[in-house]
Amino acid sequence: MTAETLQRTPLHDWHAAHGGRMVDFAGWSMPVQYSSIVEEHQATRTAVGLFDISHMGRLLLDGPDAGALIDRLVTRRILDMNPGQVRYALVCNADGGVLDDVLVYQVTLPSGELSGYGMVVNASNREKIVGWIAQQRGDMDLKVQDATHEYAMIAVQGPRAIEMLDGLCECELTAMRYYTGNMTTLCDCRVFFSRTGYTGEDGGEIICDAGSAVHIWEQLAAKAAELGGGPVGLAARDTLRLEAGMPLYGHELSEEINPIQAGLDFAVNLRNREFIGRDAIAAAQRDNGQPVRVGLLLDGKRAAREGAAILRDDEPVGHVTSGTFSPTFERPIAMGYVKPTAAAPGTTLTVDIRGSRHPAQVSPLPFYQRGK
Amino acid sequence: MKPEDLKFAKTHEWVALDGDVATVGISAFAVEALTDLVFMELPAVGKQVEPEEPMCEVESVKAVSDVYAPVAGEVIEVNESLPDNLEVLGEDPYEKGWIAKIKLAAGAGIDHLMDHAAYEKQCAEEG
Repeated sequence: MTAETLQRTPLHDWHAAHGGRMVDFAGWSMPVQYSSIVEEHQATRTAVGLFDISHMGRLLLDGPDAGALIDRLVTRRILDMNPGQVRYALVCNADGGVLDDVLVYQVTLPSGELSGYGMVVNASNREKIVGWIAQQRGDMDLKVQDATHEYAMIAVQGPRAIEMLDGLCECELTAMRYYTGNMTTLCDCRVFFSRTGYTGEDGGEIICDAGSAVHIWEQLAAKAAELGGGPVGLAARDTLRLEAGMPLYGHELSEEINPIQAGLDFAVNLRNREFIGRDAIAAAQRDNGQPVRVGLLLDGKRAAREGAAILRDDEPVGHVTSGTFSPTFERPIAMGYVKPTAAAPGTTLTVDIRGSRHPAQVSPLPFYQRGK
Repeated sequence: MKPEDLKFAKTHEWVALDGDVATVGISAFAVEALTDLVFMELPAVGKQVEPEEPMCEVESVKAVSDVYAPVAGEVIEVNESLPDNLEVLGEDPYEKGWIAKIKLAAGAGIDHLMDHAAYEKQCAEEG
């Protein structure tokens, strides 16, 4: 895909004008970094980072059967959600393989015209999920809209994020619980704000009209700069989520992986409900032989990257799905899938990094947990 | 060493030739593009290298990248202090940031490399 055909977020020109190094990410022209990945990472861990996540897909499902359809499509119960609740869940195929990991919101949306469900999906899976919904809805009574380009989405993450936003927002964010969201006014614009994120830090995510994005972003950027923070690109978003032990679709999650082996049991509810993939996931729960997701800690400086073989006593036991040099711990960290017999925390394994072998210790996830 | 006096490979290595010994490093543009360097593996002394073949590796937070040999020859000396002082690659890429000295193979030259002006043009096109 050439630069001309890449999709652009409403903040694209701002990034390009402020040092953002633009790259192709899932068909979008996105800032991978502005200055240094480590500085952007640390700013998020110590102050506040701003992330343009408008490339993520925003789907609106509205109508009498919207809740029932989503309930059939995802691994958690949706029909009992109250307005203002947000749930992380997986969309699976009949074999239990993960089609996407999503956030489902029970909301009134910024336009005000829809009060139904919002679903935020990965950019790389947006068309697949839109197609999956069309395939599965049958004659159910609802309207499905891909509103990705109508709205922008900005994540504000870090220990000072809520304090910063409180000064710009009409509602009291400190009183908001994690995994809830509401309509509010931010920087004189109507937005949907949720206490969600993908960094392991406190903070939230803003969904606003595409036309308000630059206005809001510039005010957030000015405030963040006063606190020692600023815009953060996709590269640091990746190191932050890796430290927080969060899976990334296409790496830790795929159609060949089920939620149980990914360690996402918390996002699966099998009790007294039917959904696509349920029986396969129930079987996976009883299967003690499938590879499971683990964290790995390495010594030295060389990172174990995606695809690196994991061995135990020269026997292959798995492979790395994501890895980086951790700015917080100043050592390499990785996630991967290994045989369950090699998955106990503390187990010493070996990773083959471009032909040289390095010891790696299985670590509990997440690597990083913020102080409460 | 001023960049104007150096030759450059399209893969962003620089060369300073003194007799039949080429001192080799990576350009300021390359260091800037890599950012957040964490690791460098030096080539082994005695290693025979060929142009456009990987000579050693440099790793940033984001990715691992090959450093390509800009000339044909044998590695006769490496900058041993570099892996522990990767910041000099950014501060002084054309002096203290040298990576290796390569004794040119018989008949090998540097005519295939770019001068600084041509290299600057390439960098401008790469953005």
